[in-house]
Order: sequence, then C-alpha cells, then structure tokens
Amino acid sequence: MKATEPLQVIDSKGGVNGYDPGLSEDELMHCYRTMLAVRAFDAICLKLQRSGRIGFSIPNEGIEATQVGAASAMKKTDWIFPSYRDFGMALYHGVKPVDMMHNMFGNASDNSRGRQMPVHFTFVEPIKFVSISSPIGTHLPQAVGAAFAAQRRGEDMVALCSFGDGGTSSLGFHSALNFAGVWKAPVVFLCQNNGWAISCPAEEQTASDGFAIKADAYGMPGVVVDGNDLLAVRKAVVEATEAARAGKGPTLIEAKTFRMGGHSTSDDPSGYVPKEVFDEWRKKDPIKRFETYLAASGLWTPEKRAELEKEVDAEVSAAAKDAQAVGPPPLETVFSDVYAEIPAHIRAQGQAAFDLATRKGDAQSGGGEFPL
Amino acid sequence: MTIVDSTSEIREQYLGADGAVTSELPDYDDAWLRDIFVHLLRVRCVDQRMLKLQRSGRIGFVGSMLGQEAAMIGTAAALRRQDWMWSGLREGGAALMRGLPLSEYVAQMYCNSNDTAKGRQMCNHFQHKDSNYPSWSSVIGTQIAHGVGAAFAAKRKGVDEVHAVYFGDGATSSNPFHSAMNFAGVWKAPVVFVCVNNGWAISVPASQQTAQPDYARKAAAYGMPGVTVDGNDVLACCEASKALVERASAGHGPALLVVNTYRLMGHSSSDDPTKYRDADEVDSWEKRDPIARYKKFLETRGLLAEGEADTIEASLLAEIDSTVHAEEAAQPMPLKSLVEDVYADVPRHLRAQYNEFLRVAERFGDAQRGDGAFPL
Amino acid sequence: MPTLTLIQAVNDGLHTSMKEDPSVHVFGEDVAKKGGVFLATENLETEFGTERCFNTPLSEDGIIGTAIGMAMNGLRPVAEIQFQDFIFPAFDQIVSEAAKLRYRSGGQYTAPMVIRTPYGGGIRGGLYHSQSGEAYFCHTPGLKVVIPSTPYDAKGLLIASIADPDPVLFLEPKALYRSVKGEVPEGHYTVDLSTTRDVREGGDVTVFCYGAMVPVCTKAAESAAEGGIETHVVDLRTLLPLDEEAVLDAVKRTGRVVVVHEAPRFCGFGAEISAMIAEHAIEYMEAPVIRVTGFDTPFPNTLEHHYMPDHRRVLDAIEHVYNF
Ligand SMILES: Cc1ncc(C[n+]2csc(CCOP(=O)(O)OP(=O)(O)O)c2C)c(N)n1
Ligand SMILES: Cc1ncc(C[n+]2csc(CCOP(=O)(O)OP(=O)(O)O)c2C)c(N)n1
Ligand SMILES: [Mg+2]
Ligand SMILES: [Mg+2]
Repeated sequence: MKATEPLQVIDSKGGVNGYDPGLSEDELMHCYRTMLAVRAFDAICLKLQRSGRIGFSIPNEGIEATQVGAASAMKKTDWIFPSYRDFGMALYHGVKPVDMMHNMFGNASDNSRGRQMPVHFTFVEPIKFVSISSPIGTHLPQAVGAAFAAQRRGEDMVALCSFGDGGTSSLGFHSALNFAGVWKAPVVFLCQNNGWAISCPAEEQTASDGFAIKADAYGMPGVVVDGNDLLAVRKAVVEATEAARAGKGPTLIEAKTFRMGGHSTSDDPSGYVPKEVFDEWRKKDPIKRFETYLAASGLWTPEKRAELEKEVDAEVSAAAKDAQAVGPPPLETVFSDVYAEIPAHIRAQGQAAFDLATRKGDAQSGGGEFPL
Repeated sequence: MTIVDSTSEIREQYLGADGAVTSELPDYDDAWLRDIFVHLLRVRCVDQRMLKLQRSGRIGFVGSMLGQEAAMIGTAAALRRQDWMWSGLREGGAALMRGLPLSEYVAQMYCNSNDTAKGRQMCNHFQHKDSNYPSWSSVIGTQIAHGVGAAFAAKRKGVDEVHAVYFGDGATSSNPFHSAMNFAGVWKAPVVFVCVNNGWAISVPASQQTAQPDYARKAAAYGMPGVTVDGNDVLACCEASKALVERASAGHGPALLVVNTYRLMGHSSSDDPTKYRDADEVDSWEKRDPIARYKKFLETRGLLAEGEADTIEASLLAEIDSTVHAEEAAQPMPLKSLVEDVYADVPRHLRAQYNEFLRVAERFGDAQRGDGAFPL
Repeated sequence: MPTLTLIQAVNDGLHTSMKEDPSVHVFGEDVAKKGGVFLATENLETEFGTERCFNTPLSEDGIIGTAIGMAMNGLRPVAEIQFQDFIFPAFDQIVSEAAKLRYRSGGQYTAPMVIRTPYGGGIRGGLYHSQSGEAYFCHTPGLKVVIPSTPYDAKGLLIASIADPDPVLFLEPKALYRSVKGEVPEGHYTVDLSTTRDVREGGDVTVFCYGAMVPVCTKAAESAAEGGIETHVVDLRTLLPLDEEAVLDAVKRTGRVVVVHEAPRFCGFGAEISAMIAEHAIEYMEAPVIRVTGFDTPFPNTLEHHYMPDHRRVLDAIEHVYNF
C-alpha cells in the first residue's frame, strides 16, 4: 500500500498555520478534557475487567483525537452511528460516564437492559448515538437510510458513521457507500484506520492504495487525515458535514491512527504487533499533540493536565462505583422489547421461566405472577 | 493506457461504427477473422430462434444477447483452452464458441432430459464442464466469488489458468463484487473481471446504479487496474481481454475490464422495455450494431464476399432448426432426479420422501418406467 | 492416549487432515498468526505455512464465496467463521450456492468444503456472540450440519467432514471448548456422519440433545436417576442428514421424550423431532413430547444463565413426561 500524505493541521511546534478551528477556548478545553476522560474511562474499564468485575472491554488508547475531533464537528441534531470503539463521541456530547458504566456492568440501569455486551452503548440524549451491533458493517447502510429519511423529511441532520479499516471489507460498506452516492445522502463515513482488524494488518485487508481511495468507486470524495491530530480530523469532518448539509452528498474520511492496545481485553497483540510499532506510535500520542497546540495558544500547562485528570478520574471512579452498586436487570427484561407487545407464546415462556426461577429461589423480587 | 510493463497498450477501439479501421490492427489470421464472424452470427441466430420458441410457448424464458454479441465473443475469444469462464445470464453464445454442443444448449433451453443440469435450472442457465464453463445460479454476482476462489486454487496448484469472471453493470452493486474483487486484489489471483455494461439492470439505468458511472474506476478500490473498451468492437474486446489474460497468467494479478455495450431487447422475454426507456436510445445503439460493423470490416478487407453472410446464416439456422426438432422429441425427465444430486448419495430421508411421493404418483398414473422406488 | 479439550481436539483434527491431504486449506479471519480468536487454528500457520493457513479480509461473504470456487477447482477448503453470529453475510453463498451447486449442475460441479464456526451461549457474549442458528441451516437441502459435544467426536467428525463429498457446516459448541476433556487418539480416525451417540442408557425417558446441551442433559439424567427415573440420553451430533432410524428406535423404547436445545423453540430443531414422532411413532407414545429450549427472544447478556436451558429445567421436563 502506498502512503497518501494525510491532512495535518497541528505542526510539530503546535502551530496551525493560520487555521481557525472555529472553537471557543471553552470548547477547545472541552475537547481536551474529553480526550482525558476517554483515557480515564478506558483505563478504569481495563482494571474492572482484569479484576473480574466486568466481562469485557475495548481499549481506546491512541484513537482519542479521531473520536473527539469528529464528534466536535457534529450538532446535537445530528446522528452518530458509532462503532464499539467510539467512547469519545458519546462523552464529547455530554453522555454521563455513569450511563456508559451501566452498560459496562450490564445492570438494571443500562439503557439496553443488560442485553448487550459491554461497550455496546445506546443513547438518544443528548445526541442520537445509535445502539451498537457487534456484526461489523451492518450500521453503515442504516446510517444512509436515516440520513436519506432526514433529507426526505427536510430535517437538518447529518449522519456520522464510524467504522474500522476492517469494516471496509464488509458488505455494509459496499452497499452503504453505493447507495449514499446515488442518493447524495448527508452522511460522513469515518473510517478509523487504526492499522489492524484484530490480527489482520491493514495491508492484508485490501490491495488498494489506502482506504480513502475507495470513495471514488462510489463517486464521492475521499480524504485522508492524520487521525492523531484532533484539528485535522475536525477540519475534514466539518468540511464533509458542510458539503452534506449543502446537498452535495457523502464523503469518506480515512483517519490514520493506531490502536495502542489489543483488539479487546480478550486479545494479546504481542503475538502479532511488533513492539517497535507500538514504540513508534507512542511518540505520536494524540493527547500530547493537542497539548502542543493548546500550549502554543496559551491554554495549557502541565498543572492544567494534572488538575483535569484528577477531575475525570474522580468522575469515572464514581461512575464505576455507582454502576457496580446497581443490581442485575429483572428476569422480565429477557422477554420484553422483542416486539412492541409481548405475544402470547413469549408471555407463556416468560411465565414458565419465572415460575421455575421462583421455585429455584433465584428470581428477583416481584411476586409470583409474571409481571408483564 | 498502459496496464503494466508486461502488456501492450490497450486501445479502446479498433473499428469505427462504420466498420472502418480506426487504429492500427494487430496481425490477424484471415481464417480466424472469418471464424469470429461465424461465432457472432451464431449467437444472433440462436438468440432469435430461442425468442421465437419462447413466443410460441415452446420454452419458458430467454435472456436475449442481442447487441452484446461482440462483447461476449470478443472477450471470450482471448481465453485459452485451460482458462475458465464464469458466466452470468448472457454469455451462452460464448459457451457455444468454447465448445458447448448446440444440442446441449437447446436441451438446456427446453430443460429436458438431455439437459446436463437435469432440468433443474430455469432456461438460459448453461454449463459445460469440458470447456470450464460452470453452472450459474440466478443470484446476481455470486459467481464473482466462485471465480476468485477457483483462480486462487489454480495459483496454489501452480497451474496456468486464468479465470474470466463475467457479470453485468448491475452486479457491481452486489456483495460478491465487493468481497471477491477485494480478495482477488489481496491474493493477486489470476482473474479477469469482465463487467458487461449494457446500460441497464432490468429497468434500472447506470445513473441509478452507482454515482460512479465510469465502472472501470471501481477497480482502484481493490488495487487493480481498470480498463474500458468499446464492447461493440469485437477486436477491441478481444485485444483488451488478451492483454489482461496474459497479465494475469504472468502473475501480475487481477484486472477489471469494462465492455460498454447495449442490451437491445428487454431484460428477458418477460420484460417490456418500452415502459422505461426511450426508443431514441435504442435506435442510436442499433446503429452501432456490432455484427454489421464487423461484417463491413470483413467485406472491406475482402474476407467476406457479397451474399456470403446470408449463406452462413442459412446454414446456421438449418443446424439450429434440426437441433430444436431433435430436442423436442427428448424423453421426459426421470422422477428420481427430484431427489438425486442433493448429496453425493441419496440419504435415507430423501429416499423415503421419494418413495412416498412415488406411491401417490403411481396411484394417479403419473410415474414413468424407470421411476421405481429406492431401497431404504 | 492423550487427554484433550474439545478445542484442542478440533486443532488436532485440522492438523491431521492438513497433514494427510495437501489440498486442505484453512482460512478465515485471524486464523493465521493469532491462531483464531479461540485458538482452534493455533500453530497451523507455523507448521503448514501461510500458503495453507491464512487470514482473509473481513468478509464472510468473501470467505465462503471463494471457498466454493476453491472447492470446485480441486482444493479442500476449511473456512472458519469467527462466530456463528457473523455467518449471515455468507448466508447467500451457503444456502443458495454451496448447498445447491451439485443439484443445479446435475452433479457436474460440487463444493466439498467445511465451514467451522463456534456457536451457542455461555460466554457472556450477548446477542451477537451467543446464537444457535442450526435451524436456519437444517432447512437447507444439500448442506450437512454436524455438532460435536466431546473431544473424541470433535476430531473424528471433523476429519470425516473434511473428507465428505458435500458441504458441511461444523458447529462447535464454544461453551464446551475448554470445559470438557476426553481421550483422543493420535493421528487419523473418523466418526461417521449421520450417526447418533448414546451418552447414557435408560429405559424410562429419552432425551435428545446436541452440542453444549449434552453435559446439561447428562447431569439432569443423573439427578433423575437419584429419584429412580432412568434416562436414555442421545447425542444427535449430525442434525442433517439425521439418523432418523436411530431416533425413532430410541423413541419407541421409552415412549417418553424430551428434546433439548439452546436455540429458540419456534421452528427449532425440536419441532422436527416432535413432528417425526407424531408421524412415525405416535402409537408408542406415553406422554407428550416436551421441548426444553432457549426462549423465543434474542439472546440476552447479563441474564444468559436464565436463557440457556440448565439441568434443572431439563430435570423438570424429564419428571413431567415420566409422571404424565
Ligand atoms: C461480520 C463480523 N465478522 C467478524 C466479526 C469479529 N470482529 C470483531 S471486531 C473485528 C475487527 C474489526 O476491525 P476494524 O474494522 O479495523 O475495527 P477496529 O476493531 O480496528 O476498530 C472482527 C473481525 C464481527 N464482529 N462481525
Ligand atoms: C441477488 C439478486 N437480486 C435480484 C435479482 C433479479 N435480477 C435478475 S437480473 C437483474 C439485473 C441484472 O443487471 P446486470 O447485472 O446489469 O446484468 P444484465 O441483465 O444487464 O446482463 C436483476 C435485478 C437476482 N437475480 N439476484
Ligand atoms: Mg482497525
Ligand atoms: Mg446490465
């Protein structure tokens, strides 16, 4: 794969060559704080997993700038169709860490009622953050459909659809980009090229010259950005959303970044990622990169980082503590939400399960009658 | 347009719409040039006869090749004996050129007991094992993946085989187009993808199929070259195909060849195209008729005498007619074929199902001789 | 004889087949260096090279579609789908192509191949790492569906599946990957497809099960025995084509039947067994057939232990048909 030079904004000294990110000081600091919060959330989840308190997590280190930069370009009326690695997009828009933690624990307060694995979040407020599905690529056509509907209904909405380098091989990628191109749907496709799809390196994922080039097959522009440069990601996504809002159709953005951990807590990357590669990417840490820019703008000191880290650490620790204290969802949640109304056969199965659980003594409180 | 160092330049066109030579021609053997004409004409004659049989209710369905003869014959003529052809709906004429006996072609259209597929497929789904022409399912695009897998197998076995995978413009939207082109790129599989862009996928025009109407540009998404040729110029089709077959055979990997042509008839015998497209468009393409163009070229070269084409046509039609007569008299399909070839051996539950079916068939007098029960 | 876990037996089976037959190729997502997410293909790349064991791009449709072409052209593909939940992008290629190729070509072209995939719950995988989709595939003539439940069977059935002339979907109960151990002979041996296995003898009640439900049913049968009910536990192990004779013989011996699977009940495999009994053995029956199954809901995460049939639910059913 030949390297296409990615778009960069923040240079090695923190300068931006006159680029105006269009963010107030508060907003810039919010971006920064969100990246720290992602890292803190990530770290505590890994700890919880190792100590057996949650079953699974997805490492996020290294990709914070891509997520936060992209999220910063979206309005509250926009929709996010995330992948399982997009903690930062939710946090940026004001999802509370504790609400994410409920999902990590699969407890009774979880929006998906403990039905999904950890990191499969779903939120409607403060932004549409659409329920994540594990099968890779399935959400891409859904994003196109949602954007198409908004367009038809005359709503100001852009769908930000995020997926990985591996996701470009999925069927959903092909169908979605093709349909979006034909329909000129207001979608921003964000391919987070973090180098790996579990153990498959990007070079073995496709023979094409990078991923952005795939856009041309669908008659849309393709852009490559440095995914560790928050402002470059933001710039590309802002431009893409502007084009989408102006009726010019979709854009594919490839953000080049790197997964600094394993694929998930069940994966050990040392068997397939050479150590030198980690070392090399560690030098390109996206948070440090943004700090150089903030420092050059007079917004940052090491003390500021320490202060914010303390805040976000406290916040995620409290979130974990609170979520851990919530019990499992009640048995009835196994049977509800399959259909709008519970059909008779499922009701009967639920009743039988409830009776048996009561006899075995492991039903939750709530009387003898199946409560639905 | 240069593809890789190892191949010659591929020209989009050799023959103008009037049959005049527009570009310097390779050295062709006169007999070969004449053979190509016979192949083209055979496709047209077979096609027209099949449509007639369909209209008179003798066969059920025809996917007409009218207008696409050069695209098919030209590209397939570049294949070597050992190469494979993975077809879609409209490449049956090329199968005839590659060795499918006309009788088997007609038997398949009748879906009768001489059909090598035992009448299980609908009409217009040919196969010919001897010339490496596998059976197509009706599901658009699926053969693309099979061709890539088979090409990969050839590479692994170290045999020199190129797999020409045919599909339509509509099929570029299908799943296997994406998966299999991607796999072929990564594996550098010896494949030539032939996209027969005939302007339509049933009633859907290119503009509604994709926002990238230059189909050849889709190749870059998979790291392979894409080439476009005039699909109504049989020599351009053949030369482009030959260059890409050589390239694949030399280990340089896959390529996408887009042949631009036009489907002059409806999608199939069940389709009325006047509902969705302009007569003007059809007229403009009729003027670019690939056979008339090639005929003029041969005449100008002195390779086809005045009236000779009519003689060839008459003899082709006579052969087709006698084959049709013979196939009309074919025996009915044995009932056992209902449950055979599901697995290598007929398993017990299918034998039992068949025996039960046969009991009823016999009771009502539907069973033929030879339709006896299976041992359980 | 070495004692192996079920996953080690799968690995051993792959190894044995690859050694015996150079046309066997193992591929899928993450099967090479990583050795598969469950390590079923561990060391195969090291031993047989990247030519014989390799990663593919992330496309199940591509994996199975190209496997068909490989099989048509003389290789023996053994494709891994990382989780059965992710097989659906390849549904078309399995159902419309692999399973129908022989028939539609009048026997001229065939697609002998094995699709291996871990299935079933028990690992806290939620909706998309837990499903039991066997019924979709058992509704597909031309396909064989095999599910082992012991290390011995896993290896023997896998080697037989790889040698089989037809496409085989080989569903591996991931809950048993490391939880069951057993003696497994070294080198080549096979277990015939379309045969059942008597897990436990008993003259009072018959329990049909497969995959991860086999140990559950065995435990239930042992509890039943303490209460004086002797249960015949039958591991179906090939669902399609099913050994109907063995099933009906077992039914006739007790006239009291429980069918157990993790998959949802409605149109599940238990429905087929029940129908078969209704058609061919109704006169032998002493009690209605009871199905103990997953619920007709998607698979949950936190409460998966309530979703999956456990030995108490099976015991409850055994007692019910016994006392009927
Ligand atoms: C259809 C499907 N196939 C396989 C998987 C298993 N799987 C989960 S994540 C993953 C790799 C994804 O890589 P990529 O798209 O690059 O995203 P990343 O994890 O790097 O963010 C695979 C193969 C899946 N979830 N869905
Ligand atoms: C998967 C699938 N979807 C739909 C169809 C119905 N269908 C048959 S042919 C066709 C259009 C194909 O167009 P194209 O690929 O351009 O080939 P052409 O018919 O023009 O040769 C459609 C939609 C099908 N056979 N398979
Ligand atoms: Mg990735
Ligand atoms: Mg077409």
